[in-house]
Order: sequence, then structure tokens, then C-alpha cells
Amino acid sequence: MFDLDRWREIFQSMGKNKLRTILSGFTITFAIMLFTILLGMGNGLKNTFSSFFERDAENAIFIWPNRTTKAYKGFQSGRRIEFKNEDVDFIKENYPGQFTGLIRRNQRSMEVSYKNEKSNYQVIAVDPDIQFIEKASPVAGRFINQLDLNKKSKTIAIGRMVEKDLFPKGISAVGKYVNVGGLAFKVIGVFSDPGGDNEERFAYIPITTSQMIYGNNDKVDQINLLYNPDMSIEEAVAFGNKMRRDFKKRHNVAPTDQRGIRVLNRAEMAQGTGQVSGALDMIVIIISIGTLIAGIVGISNIMVYIVKERTKELGIRKALGAKPSSIITMILFEALFITSFAGYFGLLIGTGVLEFAAPRLEKYFIKDPSVDSGIIIFATILLMISGIIAGYLPARRAAKIKPIVALRDD
Amino acid sequence: MIKIKGLHKSYPMGKDSLHVLKGLDLHIKEGEFVSIMGSSGSGKSTLLNIVGLLDIHDVGEYHLNGQLIEKLDEKKAAILRNKFLGFVFQSFNLISYKTALENVALPLYYAGVNRKERLKTALDYLDKVGLKEWANHLPNELSGGQKQRVAIARALVTKPKVVLADEPTGALDSTTTDSVMDLLKEINDEGMTVFVITHEEEVAEQTKRIVRLKDGVIISDEVTNPKVLA
Repeated sequence: MFDLDRWREIFQSMGKNKLRTILSGFTITFAIMLFTILLGMGNGLKNTFSSFFERDAENAIFIWPNRTTKAYKGFQSGRRIEFKNEDVDFIKENYPGQFTGLIRRNQRSMEVSYKNEKSNYQVIAVDPDIQFIEKASPVAGRFINQLDLNKKSKTIAIGRMVEKDLFPKGISAVGKYVNVGGLAFKVIGVFSDPGGDNEERFAYIPITTSQMIYGNNDKVDQINLLYNPDMSIEEAVAFGNKMRRDFKKRHNVAPTDQRGIRVLNRAEMAQGTGQVSGALDMIVIIISIGTLIAGIVGISNIMVYIVKERTKELGIRKALGAKPSSIITMILFEALFITSFAGYFGLLIGTGVLEFAAPRLEKYFIKDPSVDSGIIIFATILLMISGIIAGYLPARRAAKIKPIVALRDD
Repeated sequence: MIKIKGLHKSYPMGKDSLHVLKGLDLHIKEGEFVSIMGSSGSGKSTLLNIVGLLDIHDVGEYHLNGQLIEKLDEKKAAILRNKFLGFVFQSFNLISYKTALENVALPLYYAGVNRKERLKTALDYLDKVGLKEWANHLPNELSGGQKQRVAIARALVTKPKVVLADEPTGALDSTTTDSVMDLLKEINDEGMTVFVITHEEEVAEQTKRIVRLKDGVIISDEVTNPKVLA
């Protein structure tokens, strides 16, 4: 297959017809470059979009009480609904198997201090499953566990940023005591959270400890749960809606009251984001395909023109003894070489532009714009194939033309 | 070398067809220097194209080098052209982006000769036509006469059986015409069969045999005066 002489002929033909070579290559380079950039931008938009939601578990449902806005069953509107431990028990009893994590959550802003350093943080009293809802993971020590809850111990897991704020550099917070609202809590672990700095300025304490210390009651501000990930999105949405209805009934809230019981269901959001990112995908695909088609049309035109322009030369070659097959291979190899080389060049420029522009694009909601190399290779191969097809048809026609006809073509 | 019997050729022209060659008989032996004379439309170019395997005939027999030419596909024709025939055209038909040397070497490329051998042989032939010094010049740097001599070197480089020249001096002035004709005569003297198509008396007179065509038939076939032969 590899024939040095043939390639020498092809390179000479390309080298001596630089303008023609550059023009045909430019079409491909430009098409692949645009394709890369558009696809990269589209992916960047999608990345931004999904990063809004990745800080917490995708299968979380948040339920919290609020004031009613409608009078119902003899209760006046404006009544404050409150959750208690028994509301959590109600979930455990009524929806077995439908959730994989369940927590109570009482959140307060409190002053936390260590030695002379102090600051206000969100101190959240929770059950241990919170780490799965927040996707928090310990970087040192451990998270609060069931034993802490049972013993109602004064232990605290602090976020990475809390440690950084309060503790001198190089000193681990684990095992130290911090002052939380006037009481000493033992730091049992430091965690990181994909929610970023904001959520790494949280600190978690056992809910039982909190209920005992702050008011000695069994109030619950918010219930978080993780629905069973085996559920489909639709089932999860239905599950959330059923809980909303059941809780309204339980707390005598009018079924039409929008505020008395609030439910935030990730599944509902996923439905929405699925639609938006599907639409984004469609837009990106349509634009990319359009660009590729423009490239294909461009290279086809140029190949037709090239063969037309070379008709006479091909006639001379035939008169001198060139077989039709050698005419066809000569033109096809040239087309193939130009398209693959130019395609690769376009890819380099495109990724270069993305790389260069990436930091400048974040304010336009484009994050990490990048393109799957498989797609680019696919696009280049597509353009190569179209270059070959576009070159083959006129090349075959040229190879079939009788040399006298070609030679007459002045 | 070339043996033609009852050759007919017509071209479709819309609904009708144009009958160009109307039963030619011609026999050219090895080493002859023949010119075909005729005004335009006499069929002389058609005859050359058929003899040169650039076109196919309708009826009749054509033997080239003892081989009956029939059912010729493009590939076979290409091989035969490369092996047996050398072409010289009125408009030279050199490839513009190749140097004189590369143009001469091109038929050897299609004959499958390796590059080193090709360039060496091509240079020998350029030397033979007196253009060794111009080997690395592009066609547009050469005069008309020089271009035609390059074309002749190219026609000879594969050591063909027949050199076919289609109005080889049509684009040249009288001085260069003479030098090109001298070159063709010289080739002929070395034993090469040369077949020239022309409408110029002066050119035809320098060949050894003149075949006159008119309206697709041969009207005369004569050996020219011995003075030229000598």
C-alpha cells in the first residue's frame, strides 16, 4: 500500500499548488475548529448547569413546616406548623423501603471559638445520615455517628473551612475542644463538602444533644430524606407529592395551602434539569451538524473544482500510460491527506481556543468547556469520508474521460 | 508495425452521426517516417487518436506491433500506450508544475521504473534533444521549440515502437519548426517509426511517405522524392 513514489507525486502536486491545497485544507480546518468550539461551549454550559445541583445528593427530599396561609378545620390562617420527632417516626412507619436515609435537621447560626479565634457558623444538629445528603466526607477523624446520638454527647464535626478559620496552620482540630455558644464540644472530625467553602463552614452536632441542650424539647426544624435510588424519577416525584399530602393531612393544613408544609424534591428538579440539558444537547447537536454539513459541502465543492482544474493534466498522464486506478488513487490520497491533516489542525486550534478562553468564560456560565476526543475523531473521519466521496466521484469521471477529450480541454 | 484494414469511425452528433473515417487501409512498416496530410475535418486527427489508442474505432481491424486491438479497456490501453507509443502534441502538453526532467521521467513512473533509474534515463534523453542544461527548468521558462523538444524526449523515453506526432510544429515558427523536424528525422534515422499528422506541405515534404486524407478516405499514398530521402 505504501508507495514512496506515489506519495512523492502527491506531495509535489500539493506543494506546487499551494493555494489550492491551502484552500481545501482551510475549509476542513475551519469546520472542525467551529465544531470543536461549539461543542466545547455547549458542554461548558451543561457543566455549569449540572454543577448547580451536584453539591447535594441527587435523591434528596427536604420537608419543612411553615406558617399556614389558609384557615382549615377550625384553625386560623397564619398558624405556625411545627415538626417533632414523631413526624420522623411517622415517615419510618408509613414509607418503609422507600427511603435509604432519614434525618432531622435543626440549623442555627452560632458563635464557635477556639482559643482567641471565633466566628459565627451554621451549626446543624442532625442524624448521622446527613453526610450522605450533603455528600460530605471526613478528611480527618470521623463523622458524628449513632453512638454520639445515643449518648447525647457534646461532639462536633466541623467543615474544612471552620478548621482553617479557627485553628493555626498545621494543627489538627481533631480531639480539641471548641466553644459552641458557651458550651465545650469535642471535635471528632473535619469534613469536606462538594458544596464548596459555604458548606464547608458548616458544623454538625448530634440532634439529640441539641434537643436536650437548647430547650429540652423534641422539635425538628426540617426533615431530610434520601428516596430509594431504585425509584424512577416519576416514582420519586409521586413519593414526594404523597408525603406532602400526608403531612398536610397530619398537621391539618388545607390541601390547597401552598405554604404550610414545604417539600423540596430533587426528583422534580432533575425532571426540569433533564429537560433543559436535553434542550441544550439538541441545540449543540443541531449547530454542530450544521457546521459539519457546511464543511462537507465545502470540501465537496473544492474536490469537484480540483478535478475539473486538473482534467488536462490527468489527460496527459493517461496519454503517457497512467491507468485509471492510478489517477483515482492519486486524487483520493491527496484528498485524504489534506482532510486528515487539516482536520487535526482544526482540532488543535479549536481546543487551543477553548483552553485559552475557558477562564474568561466562567462569568458567562461556561465551565470547563471541553470536547470528547472521540467525537472529534468521529467528525474528522466523517469529513475524510466525505472528502473521499466528494473526490472519488469526479476522480472516477476524470479517469473515465478519454484522454483526447481531456487534452482538448484548454 | 501499424496495420489498418477497412477502418470506420463515426461520432454521434445529436440524432445524426458524423461519419469521419470511411474505410481506411493503411500499412506502416517498422522504421517508416510517414506523414498524414489533410485539411481540417479530413479525419486525420481521428486517425491519430485511433492509432494512438486514445479513441476506439467502430468497424475494421487495427494491428499494432502485430497485436490485434479490440475490446480495449482503459487499463489495457494505458499499458499499451505506455509500452508501444510516444506522443508529441501540438500544444506540447507538459505538466506545468513539473520540471523538464520530471516531465520526461513521468512515463517511466507509470512504467514502474524506480526513481533513480527514471531520472537518469530522462536526463539521457534530455541530453539527446540538447536540453540537458534546462533539466531543472519549468515549462514556462522554456521557449516553444524547447518545450516541443522536451515533449519529444518524453515520447522517446520509454523506447516506444512508434512516435505519434499531432501537428508537432503547429505552434512553432519556421526556424524552430525546422529544428523539431530535424530532430524527428534523426530519431527516424535511428530506426524509430515516426507518424506525423500535419496540414503543412513543408512539414510533410520532410517525411519519407505522405498519405493524403480527404473526407475520411485516403486519396493518395506516395513516397516522397528521393532527394529528401537521401
